[in-house]
Amino acid sequence: MAEQRQFICVTCPVGCTIDATVEDGELVQVQGQACKRGIAFVREELTAPRRTLTTTVRVRGGALPLVPVRSSEALPKGFILDIVQDLRGIILNAPVEEHQVVLRDVHGTGVDIITSRAMPSAEPV
Amino acid sequence: MRAMTCDVLVIGSGPAGLAAAYQARQSGAQQVLVIERNGELGGILPQCIHNGFGVRVFQSDLTGPEYAYRWVRQAQEAGVAFLTRTMVLAIEAGPRVVATSGELGMVEITPRALVLAMGCRERPRGALAIPGTRPAGVYTAGTAQRLVNMEGYMPGSRFVILGSGDIGMIMARRLTLEGAQVVAMVEILPYISGLRRNLVQCVRDFDIPLHLCTTVTDVRGQERVEAVEIAQVDARWQRVPGTEQTLECDALLLSVGLIPENELSRMAGVALDPVTGGPMIDERCATSIPGIYAAGNVVHVYDLVDDVTASALRAGRYAAEYALRGAATGGAATRGAPAPQPTVPVMPGANVRHVVPQHLHLPALDGDPSVVEFRVREPIEEPVQARVRAGERVLVDKRLRYARPAEMIRLEIEATTLQQFAGQLAGVNGLQVEVVRRRGEPQP
Repeated sequence: MAEQRQFICVTCPVGCTIDATVEDGELVQVQGQACKRGIAFVREELTAPRRTLTTTVRVRGGALPLVPVRSSEALPKGFILDIVQDLRGIILNAPVEEHQVVLRDVHGTGVDIITSRAMPSAEPV
Repeated sequence: MRAMTCDVLVIGSGPAGLAAAYQARQSGAQQVLVIERNGELGGILPQCIHNGFGVRVFQSDLTGPEYAYRWVRQAQEAGVAFLTRTMVLAIEAGPRVVATSGELGMVEITPRALVLAMGCRERPRGALAIPGTRPAGVYTAGTAQRLVNMEGYMPGSRFVILGSGDIGMIMARRLTLEGAQVVAMVEILPYISGLRRNLVQCVRDFDIPLHLCTTVTDVRGQERVEAVEIAQVDARWQRVPGTEQTLECDALLLSVGLIPENELSRMAGVALDPVTGGPMIDERCATSIPGIYAAGNVVHVYDLVDDVTASALRAGRYAAEYALRGAATGGAATRGAPAPQPTVPVMPGANVRHVVPQHLHLPALDGDPSVVEFRVREPIEEPVQARVRAGERVLVDKRLRYARPAEMIRLEIEATTLQQFAGQLAGVNGLQVEVVRRRGEPQP
């Protein structure tokens, strides 16, 4: 049974609306994407949707109390809330470097959680 | 008061200021100084911890901080000087810029050229006149973003978000990840005002209810927000009786528009566009005052930082050229400057709300394309033609799959196109930019 589904691709800020025909879980036809990443996105959404995670991690002794972190690549969507929970338990010690690895290969995904910026130590008062 | 001079002075170290300063150095300006009122460089980007930045400029999907620090390093390596904790208080004729600096006290700077890159501010509750009490717990979305992402505070535990702008949608996700409940997002228009990708990855992904054609009609609570009343509105934004609902919450976030910050531009005396609130500029980012340029959100609000960077690179280049001309003629930049070239107005036509630049040189001053940026008034969710015309003549005709107010459109007019039409444009009032449905249009 062929099913018509509509997706909004999140790969880049354009957000193409993509109309897809899906039959027995297989992508049969797709239109509306501006580039081939849209096709890859729809395939992934149907089977194993992924999202990039961005959040913060606490820092001890830093110029600010938090450092922003990101997943090095998009992660399986289902793991996001678990990884956020894992990150709650972490406190980094300043100084922290940009792209420092906070958690390596989270949940066996091959994706790292890394800092998005450096966080220097707080200046002495 | 400490007196300083430089070739190019840039006000603001956000993405626009950083790119303009970097390009000014690349274009040959010797002393380029960026003034930043904050202690940190990067403008708003350090609090924008989400990704989506730099897709075009760096072919990478970066977070706000990554994009900011990459540009800070580039500007530093290019020899740009920075003065932080320094706030401009006045811009007088000259231009003469008066600022207060934590490090240096009062400073007076007479640059050869000036780039305005002050960015924008969020529309606050006072501007919306939402009825109700004035309890704690009403924040603009950007304020909440700073509190959560940089200062480590949760501004509430149960949120209602008014407005479907990008900052509101981004915060809907952010707050949910931090353990809060986002009870609802309400939007007064019949469509979202931010990017569609954010509707998916920030609202739908987290099952946050979105109510269109709905607004907040009352805020309740004495010391602290306890609830808001929402109601549907008709096409004239009037409440539809009987549709009221009470939502219990302890915080209300406002994501209802960004306003270019132009107090200094007004003080400097540059001509402002009443629709955008920002300076009127030409295709080189020059304002009405020779030597003063403007780029980024201070001109009009952008959706994508990559487009801010592109406009600021232009401003930096032409500000440097202006400064170098002044240096070559012994100080007075207007001495020895070419006679002002004619410009034509660029006006919004069918379905276009506003256009930047508001005028451009015709014939073109050099071989570079003139970039025209605009937004439509109403969404058209079917193929359209976006056109630049001069009366009956069509200079640019681009097919787009749809046109939305939330997604700025940019068109490039080749210099050769302008040259081609220059001779035929005697008596033309200016250029019009329009967006029309393809349906029913005669095929070329």
